[in-house]
This record gives sequence, structure tokens and C-alpha cells, in this order.
Amino acid sequence: MKTLSKIYNGIIFTFLYAPIVVLIVYSFNDSKNRVQWGGFTLDWYRDLFSNELILESLAVTLQIAVLAAIISTVIGTMAAVGIFNMNGRLRRAMESLNNIPMVNPEIVTGISMMLMFVAIYRATGLLQPGFATLLIAHITFCIPYVVLQVMPKLRQMNKHMYEAALDLGCTPFAAFFKVVLPEIMPGVITGALMAFTMSLDDFVISYFNSGSTAQNLSVTIYSMTKKPVTPEVNALSTLMFGSVLILLVIVNARQVRDLKKQKERR
Amino acid sequence: MGENKIIELKNIAVSFDGEPVLKNLDLSISDGEFVTLLGPSGCGKTTTLRIIGGFVEPDEGDVFFDGKRVNDLPAHKRTVNTIFQRYALFPHLNVYENVAFGMRVQKKPNDEIKETVARMLKLVNLVGFEKRSVSTLSGGQQQRVAIARALANNPRVLLLDEPLAALDLKLRKDMQTELKNIQKSLGISFIYVTHDQEEALSMSDTVVVMNNGEIQQIGTPQDIYNEPKNAFVADFIGESNILDGVMIQDYLVEFFGRQFSCLDAGFEPNEPVDVVIRPEDIDIVEPVKGTLTGKVTNVTFKGVHYETIVDFKGFKWLIQTTDYYPVGSVIGIVLNPEDIHIMKKSEYSGMFGDYSSYSEEFDELGDPEAGLAEDAGEGEE
Ligand SMILES: Nc1ncnc2c1ncn2[C@@H]1O[C@H](COP(=O)(O)OP(=O)(O)OP(=O)(O)O)[C@@H](O)[C@H]1O
Ligand SMILES: [Mg+2]
Repeated sequence: MKTLSKIYNGIIFTFLYAPIVVLIVYSFNDSKNRVQWGGFTLDWYRDLFSNELILESLAVTLQIAVLAAIISTVIGTMAAVGIFNMNGRLRRAMESLNNIPMVNPEIVTGISMMLMFVAIYRATGLLQPGFATLLIAHITFCIPYVVLQVMPKLRQMNKHMYEAALDLGCTPFAAFFKVVLPEIMPGVITGALMAFTMSLDDFVISYFNSGSTAQNLSVTIYSMTKKPVTPEVNALSTLMFGSVLILLVIVNARQVRDLKKQKERR
Repeated sequence: MGENKIIELKNIAVSFDGEPVLKNLDLSISDGEFVTLLGPSGCGKTTTLRIIGGFVEPDEGDVFFDGKRVNDLPAHKRTVNTIFQRYALFPHLNVYENVAFGMRVQKKPNDEIKETVARMLKLVNLVGFEKRSVSTLSGGQQQRVAIARALANNPRVLLLDEPLAALDLKLRKDMQTELKNIQKSLGISFIYVTHDQEEALSMSDTVVVMNNGEIQQIGTPQDIYNEPKNAFVADFIGESNILDGVMIQDYLVEFFGRQFSCLDAGFEPNEPVDVVIRPEDIDIVEPVKGTLTGKVTNVTFKGVHYETIVDFKGFKWLIQTTDYYPVGSVIGIVLNPEDIHIMKKSEYSGMFGDYSSYSEEFDELGDPEAGLAEDAGEGEE
């Protein structure tokens, strides 16, 4: 039984990761031919970092990811606090409303946003597709993930803690920053990391909302694959895979640590 | 205890989701007074406290601090401090910073903070715990930190919501004494919420008995115990036998078809009343010498005394006696005028004070329905 389940697991992971392994291997392949192994090289990585287009879109990706993470964390945290303080029915309604964008097919989100931006652009001349629309789109799809991370932290908090701060003379504003925020901070940071990762990761929504002036990496890679694929793309994809993997490991480690802490407190 | 009213609640009414929780509540608290709000779960004690603290806005009525209306004053500007039902310490701060919290908010100089924190930790017996994280403290220690944190703000009134409920019996007794000493030595007012009647009686200057969002009686512990206003109070504070009677004239009451002299006056002639007889006030004598005779139906040993249930013409009384009378024996009792307390009839008449359904796991409130039915049948004899 044990060996059987091990084999089964092995097969699943092979299917999942074999393509990525191939990708990584080819990113070090010293041959333009995609099937032939021509020895180890870092040339593709060197080319990558001298490719203007790629460097530019890397810059866009990082800027968008940092800004989207910060802004969606602020908005998402405020939203979580707001929803948490609603009563009963309204609160449950808002929580489900928050979940919908996460299960909504990305393509629907992407296209609907594009339509909205186009409509706004037509009507007002503002928000021409570009950096701003890309950023707004990323902030929008990141917010629910932040809310989802912060909400449980609010629930775990002793609800009298905020009142205790008021009682000791804090204004509601100060009470939030001195007492509530430190309590929910682990959730806020995890939320920010999630938002950053999601933003780095995204292709579909970016594809519809980036316009021609600001393209992020995933969109650039996609346009590169329309021409004959150069192994540069393999190198780039390997790097992206690596960074997202590291981020996910960090997020997971934080969640595990949190769980442990909670158990200790009990 | 000063005479000036430091806090007054006038005509307070609150409802949550259309359910009235407090009705027409009037209460005033003097400077330096230890007031206890006592009542069963859900009667509105916490809500009353939260109105004073500024966390609940009354639908009707006014709150006064020092004669000034403070309905619209937010919690953080009120000169009271609260000990919450579950302490609500700040887990990301150590003991020192928890206690210093209020003073840091007020931007007090560091020297003063240091001095006050030291003084407070000494007051609550936690010297040496400054650097400890609050989550590593025991329940009793956390409670002390909460007290120190509230008192460090130098409040004139401290609100305490069942502060000892989570502690074990021994620790609770110790903390009761400590809290009382702290209150006396600082000379500030305490408004203390509990549903433990013994705690209320032993600590308070004034006890406020509440039920269903209404104040049933306000008085000294002695008043509340000896002169309960209605059957609810009589039953909630200690054990009571409550009988139907008729006040023949001043100082003369009739029940069980006999007349007894008593110390109460001021009723209409022949007014129906509730008669309260405390189980520990009843003297047991030989049957021939007793004014009433009855038969023992149940005996429980309680350590200091036996709880003896005696059947008088079908109505069962609880008698606490240090002598043992076996089940089945016939005894007589003597009632002195000072053992009989007369109450006006109230909505609670007939709901409490009958021990017919007595069992060893006797529940404080008993079963009001059963009480009603039995009374109706047997009170007339
Ligand atoms: N925020 C609220 N929303 C709705 N109902 C409430 C709220 N706070 C209190 N109540 C209701 O008001 C009533 C009185 O509550 P309160 O907390 O004052 O009781 P309590 O006397 O302190 O009881 P306990 O001894 O159990 O603490 C209860 O029926 C409670 O369910
Ligand atoms: Mg309560």
C-alpha cells in the first residue's frame, strides 16, 4: 500500500513539475536547437540581462508588484476592519462578495476591467491603457486576498482589546494603530506577500489591461513566443518561477509559524 | 465616603435589535463608594457598565459625571477606567508597557511613568514581572496587570466586569480581599459587576440587585439581605422560604391559619403579602413546644450545618440547623418576630421560595412554573 501511494505521488509530481524541469534544463542549454543538449551555458541569462525590452518590462513588473502590494494591503486591511465591524447579515454578505473575484475566471475579470477602462477613456479621456490601468487592475484583484488574510486575525483578537485602548485614553485612530494593527500584523504582512506574488504571477488580467506603453514580464514573454522562441524566454521563465516559489515558501512558512503560535497561546 | 454624586444614571433605557435590555434605570454613585451590580446572567449588568464607560449609547435617558451630562462624550475622554470581563491585555506589549499604556497615550514624562508603574506593580504584588510577556502569566497575574493598567490612569471610578470570574475559588477569595483593600486605600469608587451574591455582600458598600433590565433593589448588603423588597431579591440573595400571608394590622401577620407578631408596619389592613423566613433564623424545638409542627423529609449535610427540608401541611421549608434530625422525625419550630420579614406582593410572588421540588443539586432559581402550581393549591389552607 505504502509503495503504491508513493508511486502514485511520484507520478503526479512528475506530471506537474516535469515541464518546469525541462524548462529549467533548457535555460542552461548551449544550443539554439530546442531538442538537442549542447552543453551548459549561462549565455541566455547574460542575453536576458542585456535585452532592453525585458529589462524594461522587469522594471514595470516590479514597480507594479510593489505598488499593488502596498496599496491593496492598505485598502484590503481597511476593508477587512470595516467588514468585521458590520453586524450579522451584512457582514456575511460582504464576506461572500469578497470571495467572488477570487473564484471568478481571470479572463472575465481581465476583459471586464478592460471594457471599463475603455469606457472611462472614451468618456473622459482619462486612464489611457498603460501603467495606471495595469496598476489599478492589479490592486483590484489583490484586495480580496489581503482581506482573506486579515479577517481571521481580527476574529482571533480579543474584541475588548480595542475598547481597552479607548478606555485608556486613545482616540479611535490611535487605538487602531497602537493595539489593533500590531495584533493583526502577521495577517497584514502575509496579505502583502500574497498580493506581491499574485501581481508578479499574473498574465491574463495584465494582458488585457497593459496597453502598449507598459508591459509587464508575463505579457512580454507572451509576445516573444509569438516569434520563434529563443532560449532567453526559458531563462526568464526560470527566474520568474524561482522568485514566485521563494515567495510562496515564505508565505507558507509564516502561516505555519502563526498556527504554532496560536496553539501555544491556548 | 463622600456625599457628592460622582456618577448618575437617569431614566436609562437601551434595547438591542428591538429587545429591551435596560428599562428606566436610575442609579447614582458617590465618591469613594463600592457599588456592586448583582443579578443573573443576561440581566443587563455589563450593558449598564458599558453605558458608564461610554461603549454603549443609551436610547433614552442621561448619564452624568459630576453633574455634567456626558452622553455625547466618547469613551476615550471619560475619566473612568474599565477592567474587562476577559482582561483584554495587549499581548504585543510586556507587563511594564501594558501598565504604562495609558500614561504613554497622555505623553507623561518617562520618570513619572517609571515611578507610577513601579508603584502600581507593588500595589498588585507583581514587582519583578516588568519584562514578562503577558501571555506567559497565569490568570490571576493577568488580572493583576489589568488592575494595575487601569489604576495607573488614576481614575476616580473603576469599572470592573466580573473581574474574578475566571479564577479558582481560593484565588478569588484572596483577590476579593485585595481589591477591597486597594479600593479603600486609594479612596476611589468601584462599580463592580458580579453574579456571585456572596462576593457582592462581602465586598460592597451598596448592592444593586438587577433582573430583566430593571433594578429590583438598591441598599447596603445588610438591607438587601434582611429587608429584601420582593421575592426575587429574597430568593437571589441567600436562601429563603417565601409564603403567602395576610397583614392583619401593623405588626401582625397571618399565615398557615395562624397569627404571628412581626416588626413590619405600613400595610393596608388585610393586605395580602409575601412572608420571608430565612432558613438559618428558624429555631427547632420539641413538637409540643412549637408554634408549628412538621415532618422532616430530606436532610443534606453541608459542613457548617444540615439543610433540613420540613413538610408543614404540604408546604416544604428549608431549615438550616446544626443539629441532626433524621428523615421522618417530627419537629416543632418557633418563629420570633424578628425572624419574619414582610414584603409587598410583586410580579415575582409565588415564583420563588418553595422547597417542594428540592433536590441535592438544587438550582438557585428552581423551576418557577412548578412553584406557581404548588402555591396555588396549598397556600389557602
Ligand atoms: N451588542 C449586543 N447586541 C445584541 N444584544 C446584546 C448586545 N449586548 C448585550 N446584548 C443582550 O443584552 C442582554 C444583557 O446583556 P448583558 O451583557 O448586559 O448581561 P449581563 O448581565 O452582563 O450578563 P452576564 O452575567 O452573562 O455577563 C442579553 O440578553 C444580551 O444578549
Ligand atoms: Mg456581563
